[in-house]
Amino acid sequence: MSEIVKKFMYVNRKAPYGTIYAWEALEVVLVGAAFDQDVSVMFIDDGVYQLTKGQDTKAVGMKNFSPTYRTLGDYEVKKIYVDEASLAARGLTQDDLIEVAWEDMETEEEVDNIVEVIASERVSALMNESDVIFSF
Amino acid sequence: MSDMIDVDGKQYAVDEEGYLANLNEWVPGIAGVMAKQDNLELTDEHWDIINFLREYYEEYQIAPAVRVLTKAVGKKLGKEKGNSKYLYSLFPYGPAKQACRFAGLPKPTGCV
Repeated sequence: MSEIVKKFMYVNRKAPYGTIYAWEALEVVLVGAAFDQDVSVMFIDDGVYQLTKGQDTKAVGMKNFSPTYRTLGDYEVKKIYVDEASLAARGLTQDDLIEVAWEDMETEEEVDNIVEVIASERVSALMNESDVIFSF
Repeated sequence: MSDMIDVDGKQYAVDEEGYLANLNEWVPGIAGVMAKQDNLELTDEHWDIINFLREYYEEYQIAPAVRVLTKAVGKKLGKEKGNSKYLYSLFPYGPAKQACRFAGLPKPTGCV
């Protein structure tokens, strides 16, 4: 464990396919998770599509990596936020999003879904609290 | 040109680090041949981990990093197996890297 724990936030604003941003961001989050920092992942604008259920990428010829988001809990990334206004603007609700479970191995405490839909004011507040923001 | 390994008379392409180039080509015999190259004899305990990794990949489309593997194995196969000492005793070159290679998966994400 390092003594200085920084708050890292990864902000995802782009749709999952068409560009490489979403997949690259997810890989960076998973690799970075090894460094025991305070990590959160934020989904805003078209980024909310990254978490939608039932993605089918056959026609676009890209690997469907949406199941990989569900490993975030295994990688000890425990803070996943979705901007409510961005969801609403696209006619989506939390029911349209995948669930990410997390289990504390020490206490065996289980959380079925750590994906949190939050109001825009909270999005801003969380961004302000972060030491480092990576924008994708 | 990538390297090839020979399994029961059939050739399979592997990348420069020895990982299978096309994961859809995987057959159990590949794990046996790779293990022999590493001077390992595969036991049921090895196969538990290899099969577990293949299931994990099937579900999440990712080869887990070692600490994630450790945690997930503990959950699935029991606490006595979910520790790095046990996993390293099976896979001395690193449980995630070596077992993923035997399982035909890519190099794990988050192994730094």
